[in-house]
Amino acid sequence: MVDFSGWQMPIQYEGILAEHARVREDQGIFDVSHMGEVDFLGPGALDAVQHLITNDIGRLSDLTSLYTAVCLPSGGIVDDCIVYRLHEHHVRIVVNAANIAKDVAHFREHAGELCDIQDRSDEFALLALQGPNAVASLASLTTPELATVPGFALRETTLGGVPVLAARTGYTGEDGFELFVPSDRAQHVWSVLRDAGAHPIGLGARDTLRLEAKLCLYGNDIDETTTPLEAALGWTVKLDAAPFVGAQALREQKAAGVRRKLVGLRVLERGIPRPGWEVHLDGATIGRVTSGGPAPTVGGAVAMAYVETAHAAIGTQLSLAKGKKSVAVEVVKGPFYRRNS
Amino acid sequence: MSEQIPQDLRYTRAHEWTKTADDGVVTIGITAHAVEQLGDITMVTLPDVGAALAAGEAFGDVDSVKAVSELFAPIDGEVIAVNEQLDDAPETVNEAPYGDGWMLKVRPSNPTQLETLLDPAAYDALVQSEQ
Repeated sequence: MVDFSGWQMPIQYEGILAEHARVREDQGIFDVSHMGEVDFLGPGALDAVQHLITNDIGRLSDLTSLYTAVCLPSGGIVDDCIVYRLHEHHVRIVVNAANIAKDVAHFREHAGELCDIQDRSDEFALLALQGPNAVASLASLTTPELATVPGFALRETTLGGVPVLAARTGYTGEDGFELFVPSDRAQHVWSVLRDAGAHPIGLGARDTLRLEAKLCLYGNDIDETTTPLEAALGWTVKLDAAPFVGAQALREQKAAGVRRKLVGLRVLERGIPRPGWEVHLDGATIGRVTSGGPAPTVGGAVAMAYVETAHAAIGTQLSLAKGKKSVAVEVVKGPFYRRNS
Repeated sequence: MSEQIPQDLRYTRAHEWTKTADDGVVTIGITAHAVEQLGDITMVTLPDVGAALAAGEAFGDVDSVKAVSELFAPIDGEVIAVNEQLDDAPETVNEAPYGDGWMLKVRPSNPTQLETLLDPAAYDALVQSEQ
């Protein structure tokens, strides 16, 4: 067990590689209750959230969600989040554990007059059921209708006698659901899912799974010094929709072009780069690794790094180095792993 | 959301559009209706310049927050240009599907195939029938 933002969390149960394979091939259950839930309540809820996020909340109907960045006026990323529209007057933002206090303060500073903002993190546990067998398993435990819920949509249902909110979202590159469960019933729901065949997955495999899917980890790949445009999250930035905090800075950066970009790197030889390694080209340092590790499903190792835009094109050969260690890498496009759909 | 279907393009049942220039080169993209169905596009994978397209065959795919969707060639031909801007900014397809979000320029090997594509009225009817 390790300390993670004040939570005691298991790095692994049966082993990172074994757990990784369980999620890619079967189904795994993650206790991600450390994530924060912040609710926006009242007639101003949609306006308040729109003012805070780079994506366009106007695209959401009730019981749908979207991924977004939350930015500072500078365009730097306060957090990356999923925004769930439960109701016209009730929007939930799920935020990263380490950022809960910071985010709530940011939300209240920039949108506190528009609606009631409540940190409900302690009320909910969040359990993620992920993998090719996850949806069928959950449907059999709840209602067959759950299997027809589209990606990023959610439904209220009952699981093992417990009311849960099930969202077809995740952080693994696999299909599955994330379940909001009343905190005091989480242990029971966990047991029901375990009994139905879900394998428990720790933080270690959570990281290898998200890295293979090239999903950003806040604090590593993105933070207040990076913008969504630099982080290849331009698809979450809707400058033509309603104004939001940071829009002006992002508009200017988009017009000028970014000077550095977060790229995916395939390691071309043996060796596993880690965060903090330098990116080298012809002896010069042109960037820094933000995430790196083994890619158990696709093989070998992969990394993410910010590199100068001039050297960020797909196919560019670079090397990653720390001290005397060095590995050759190539800039590659998109997620390292994509499930068959 | 109401969609204006451009009148100067021809369409496929798989929601690609084509635009034929005076020199015979055909530009290919996906329609606003397709974009709306896909949601936010996070990656576009296209063939290299020089690749051969065969009408009805998959030539690439589009990753969106909802799914990975294949792209199908409207016509036979050779790829002579690829919109490389989409590597960096796949969201351009969402923002301007008929403009900066174009995907390929193709030299058709059988230009008469273009006449078999849907005209705007027929494509509009297809979209209406799917709603």
